[in-house]
Amino acid sequence: MQSQEIEVKGIKNGILIEIKEGDWSLEEAALFEHIDQNKSFFEGAKLVIDVGGRVLKSPDLSSLRNALSDREIKLWAILSTSLVTERASQDLGLLIKIDQSSPAPEKDLINSLLDGDEAIFLKRTLRSGHKVKHPGHIVVLGDVNPGAEIVAGGNIIVWGKLRGVVHAGAAGDTNAVVCSLDLSPTQLRIADKISISPAKKGKTRPEIAQLEDGQVTARDWYKFSKE
Amino acid sequence: MSAKVLTITSGKGGVGKTTATANIGAALAKTGQRVACIDADIGLRNLDVVMGLENRIVYDLVDAVEGRCRLNQAMIKDKHIPDLYLIPSAQTRDKTAVSPSDMIRICDELRKDLDWIIVDSPAGIERGFKNAIAPADEVIVITNPEVSAVRDADRIIGIVEAEEKGSPRLLINRLNPEMVKQNNMLSSDDVVDLLAIHLLGIIPEDIGVLISTNKGTPIALDDKSLAGQAYRNIAQRILGENVPLLDLDKGSGFFNRISSVFGSGEK
Repeated sequence: MQSQEIEVKGIKNGILIEIKEGDWSLEEAALFEHIDQNKSFFEGAKLVIDVGGRVLKSPDLSSLRNALSDREIKLWAILSTSLVTERASQDLGLLIKIDQSSPAPEKDLINSLLDGDEAIFLKRTLRSGHKVKHPGHIVVLGDVNPGAEIVAGGNIIVWGKLRGVVHAGAAGDTNAVVCSLDLSPTQLRIADKISISPAKKGKTRPEIAQLEDGQVTARDWYKFSKE
Repeated sequence: MSAKVLTITSGKGGVGKTTATANIGAALAKTGQRVACIDADIGLRNLDVVMGLENRIVYDLVDAVEGRCRLNQAMIKDKHIPDLYLIPSAQTRDKTAVSPSDMIRICDELRKDLDWIIVDSPAGIERGFKNAIAPADEVIVITNPEVSAVRDADRIIGIVEAEEKGSPRLLINRLNPEMVKQNNMLSSDDVVDLLAIHLLGIIPEDIGVLISTNKGTPIALDDKSLAGQAYRNIAQRILGENVPLLDLDKGSGFFNRISSVFGSGEK
């Protein structure tokens, strides 16, 4: 295996490696060969790997991370254009973006797709530490636990209990709504308005939250839907 | 025969990982299973203290990993039960002394001679935790009925699921039925409702647990203790038997037994 195939760049806070094409297991082996040949260069480094559009699942990434950590290298971020790879990286606590210029582009992403009405669907429980960010709408079939966070450019629908932090209309859409079977978020934001849930008693009913006269207002879904 | 590796973890510190490791290990070994408990909390060693084996340590996990001894030299035989062993952690090193693949290698080497390997994870979600779950066939998450502990347990479950270790099973430790009754403590239902994973067992709050850990004799070996009974039931469930949960919430039967543990109720 030729080590020239691997492109290594120094970046502000670490080392960037691009492995955009080719069979992953071969490329991974080549990467480790390269690292082992240049031990002193890599030891203690923070590594960013750009994997291009390749789909990598959590086990691939965790074995990569473990193998790197055996070599005293910290896997810092995985850059990818694949949503699956990005999500797997996030689940493992890896960064999916590195700060190369200013933090501005993030907001542009939300703005860019707002009129596209694109939604993502998540069939899982979002647990503490999970963060989902999407420029369109977000639909969750499952619970959103305290400590989890959802940020959507559009609407947020949680078919389950909503107890984490949600931000609908994150790019400024004041018409965005948040619906849930049990609307008890730690914090609920719509556009630039922030609210917290009132203390609730008794049986929970599905509710919808939206902005009314600049205030976040939650209403019983059954009454709302008859209006 | 090949041993199964159970890792006991919690995220938050002080909820009872080490106590649970010692007691589940003892309860399994008591049924005749061959068990090794590994203390993966390198630098903050205390499973040896809870098991009462501190003064027998010669070699530790890091010595075995770094080749200063054979693995079986680091295995300390328990003083109460045959076929229960402890691999202590090193007190003078830190988490970086062991890597996830070292843990996998050590556990694989142990598997052939044992039925169960129980790994006591350190608190947190960093290197030490990664080391502890790397070899796991199954993860057991332990929590207390407290909002902060449950929050950390939720985070840990998310990470374990992301590592594709399967859905962990849940232990709720230090539940006080009296406080639950007065609405001053989360109930087991509240905890299970939030975490949405299989409940392996509930250990009631019991002052005897503290006394037994200080003495270095696991409470699972005390036939009169309700907490000990809870640990023995958990061991049975780990072995695949269908043992009903101790019913701590009902006013009859077990509840009276708890009162008598606390010395308040006479029946």
